[in-house]
Amino acid sequence: MTAFRMPSLGADMETGTLVEWLVKPGDRVKHGDIVAVVETQKGAIEIEIFQTGLIEQILVGTGAKVPVGTSLANVLSDEEAKAGTAAAVVPEAGAPPFAAIAVPRRSVGPPPPPIVVPPGAEGRMRVSPAARRFAQRLGIDLAAITGTGPASAIIRADVERIQAEAMPPKPKAAIGLNLDAMREAIAAAMARSKREIPHYYLQHDVDVTLCEEWLARTNAARPPDSRLLLGALVIKGVALATRRFPAFNGFYREGKFEPAAVIHVGVAIAIRGGGLAAPAIHNVDRLSLDDLMVRMRDLVQRTRAGRIRGSEIADTTITVSSLGERGVESLYGVIYPPQVAIVGVGKATSRPRVVDGHVAVRSIVTVTLSADHRASDGHAGALFLANIGKLLQEPEKL
Amino acid sequence: MSSVEIHSVVCEELNNIAPEVDMQSVNPSADLREALDIDSMDFLNFITAIHRRLGVDIPELDYPKLITLDGAITYLQKKLGGGNKG
Amino acid sequence: MLQATRQSGITETTYREAVREAIRDALKRDDRVFLMGEDVGRYGGCYAVSKGLLAEFGSERIRDTPLSESGFTGAGIGAAMGGMRPIVEVMTVNFSLLALDQILNSAATIRHMSGNQFGVPLVIRMATGAGRQLAAQHSHSLEGWYAHIPGIRVLAPATVEDARGMLWTALQDPDPVLIFENVMLYNMTGTLVADAGPVDIAKAAVRRTGSDISLITYGGSLWKTLEAATQLAAENINAEVIDLRSLRPLDDATIMASVNKTRRAVIVDEGWRSGSLAAEIGMRIVEQAFWEMDAPVGRVCGEEVPIPYPSHLERAAIPNAAKIVAAAKAALGRD
Repeated sequence: MTAFRMPSLGADMETGTLVEWLVKPGDRVKHGDIVAVVETQKGAIEIEIFQTGLIEQILVGTGAKVPVGTSLANVLSDEEAKAGTAAAVVPEAGAPPFAAIAVPRRSVGPPPPPIVVPPGAEGRMRVSPAARRFAQRLGIDLAAITGTGPASAIIRADVERIQAEAMPPKPKAAIGLNLDAMREAIAAAMARSKREIPHYYLQHDVDVTLCEEWLARTNAARPPDSRLLLGALVIKGVALATRRFPAFNGFYREGKFEPAAVIHVGVAIAIRGGGLAAPAIHNVDRLSLDDLMVRMRDLVQRTRAGRIRGSEIADTTITVSSLGERGVESLYGVIYPPQVAIVGVGKATSRPRVVDGHVAVRSIVTVTLSADHRASDGHAGALFLANIGKLLQEPEKL
Repeated sequence: MSSVEIHSVVCEELNNIAPEVDMQSVNPSADLREALDIDSMDFLNFITAIHRRLGVDIPELDYPKLITLDGAITYLQKKLGGGNKG
Repeated sequence: MLQATRQSGITETTYREAVREAIRDALKRDDRVFLMGEDVGRYGGCYAVSKGLLAEFGSERIRDTPLSESGFTGAGIGAAMGGMRPIVEVMTVNFSLLALDQILNSAATIRHMSGNQFGVPLVIRMATGAGRQLAAQHSHSLEGWYAHIPGIRVLAPATVEDARGMLWTALQDPDPVLIFENVMLYNMTGTLVADAGPVDIAKAAVRRTGSDISLITYGGSLWKTLEAATQLAAENINAEVIDLRSLRPLDDATIMASVNKTRRAVIVDEGWRSGSLAAEIGMRIVEQAFWEMDAPVGRVCGEEVPIPYPSHLERAAIPNAAKIVAAAKAALGRD
């Protein structure tokens, strides 16, 4: 049996808080598995195990802050697990001889009654262990709950019911998103990305003057609710380029790249008050610009109101991040695992460009690519970015 | 429509986009995009809402005239008050 | 090593025939294998398991023994140490107590005492359980006692498939394996694929999946427990049924995975409650899953009496579906 210990995640780390266990006793683990999430000064970090075997016992519960080196769990090797924990033959110290043997009058004792819940100690509520721990985690007062378990004990389902009842009024006031949880999720995903994904970065300046001129002409004849934005053109361009370069569309999982059959573009959307979400627009390559624009407006409004759908979060195949016209000239995204690429779009700026042998003022957008080097190489990345730029020279065809 | 009424409609629509902002405290000559932290999509939604509520057509070329609270109210008043509301 | 001939198709068979087929298969595969026990030869076995084997394999390999459990179990141990792969049949678990010295003090300990120089690759089969009006000398369920002993493996096949498949796997074990066959199962029919062969003997099996409560059992009680689960389903209680299959070592992982999901457990064990296998399982749940529990662990065990002879009292002394349903509902706070 070996101990799985709180790792040191940096020379300055002295303690870590166990935020979440991803395994439980009895689970098999192998070298490199992520088994727990630990909160450090640097944020939530998923920690890996370097033993192979069976988790025998969890020694540190969630929420506990412990020094580096503390045993967090016991791990049995495969041989030990196979032999069974009790197989070790350890001779017991000699039992003391019986001082007296009370001989019962009958050889058959009265059978104990089946499942009797012992009366609780005076003034103490009857709460199941599962309910007690769950309520503590949520900060719910048990005194307010009516139990429906055996002997009217409060069980976990009772706490869940109270939590569900308590939930709705709260988010109505502000946004339906838990920004703290979102922060944690971003921290975990981005930390994992930077830990696991070997990013490479490319940049390409794209002349969007033709796009802007085309947009001005198109929008002039349209009421505001059907006007298009440059962002829609760029996202469509990315989707069409992705169709030609499938190495940037899909997932890197379990040691290999799995190209996706569809193009679901995640659109990074800043949440008011902090936070970020990148819900997907499905099958972007097959949407008309007008449909895409409608979807984008809908998505931005719903995301900011905290109403993202599970499927929009779960199945993104490539992400586009744009900081808009108030942003900076270029940005390099961090890939959202298990995706393999993120396209960054800077703001359009007027810059001098040589056009037909003359210097001209043109509107330029810097488009960048952060891609997973396990799935693709820089040469393909360069062709991909160049293709996006080329597609944006013919906005009417998007 | 009075400037007070226009002001109230504009503030209401901006609040729909930026619900946590107290419109009373926004400097009337400040750039709304900065003051409210809104982007081009938000601004388009604002223009769309104004169009829907007041029936005012705002071409893209006029956007710069609406980037402050004062500017927006003056612009809308002119559009609405110019005799013919159509 | 595996089946020489593989055919497709499904056959219906009895538990008794499945055990017989397993013995026949082992005798054919490995000439070190032989069967011995009381009345296993000419009489065909007390429960008719070995009927016909004497004619097929001869008296060298199907050996009738004197009525001396200690003697022939000891002979089996010696044969195993000497390189054979004996299958010793003990008529009932009650009689096995006469051989307990051999099983515990010799078979289970020789590897330890000899510093790993000798092992005892022996399989002992025996009948267990009540229900056939064989009274208190023939009807007890003492497999929980054997599950207390380090150095042996204890199996309880509850299905035709396990009756067919566990024996060969047990014969591959370098240490003693005890196989308990519940007497009420011998006549049970079940289906077997034509090429049924050895099965894993390390893992428990989830025989019915459910979300509200884990019913943990083995052997003859499995079918009563599944019947109880069906009755519970009619009351909207979705029970998961775990067949332990191996009583030692216990497959804690499967038990805990189920209990962590359902948050409630009732253990069904025909053995007496005090100091029972059910007690051991309940304690492991407390040790490993206490914080996930929504109710005290329940037990349905044999009543603490010698198994009575009269049929109605015998039935009342052991678990049945009604008792299991009541215990499950108590754990759920229903009725």
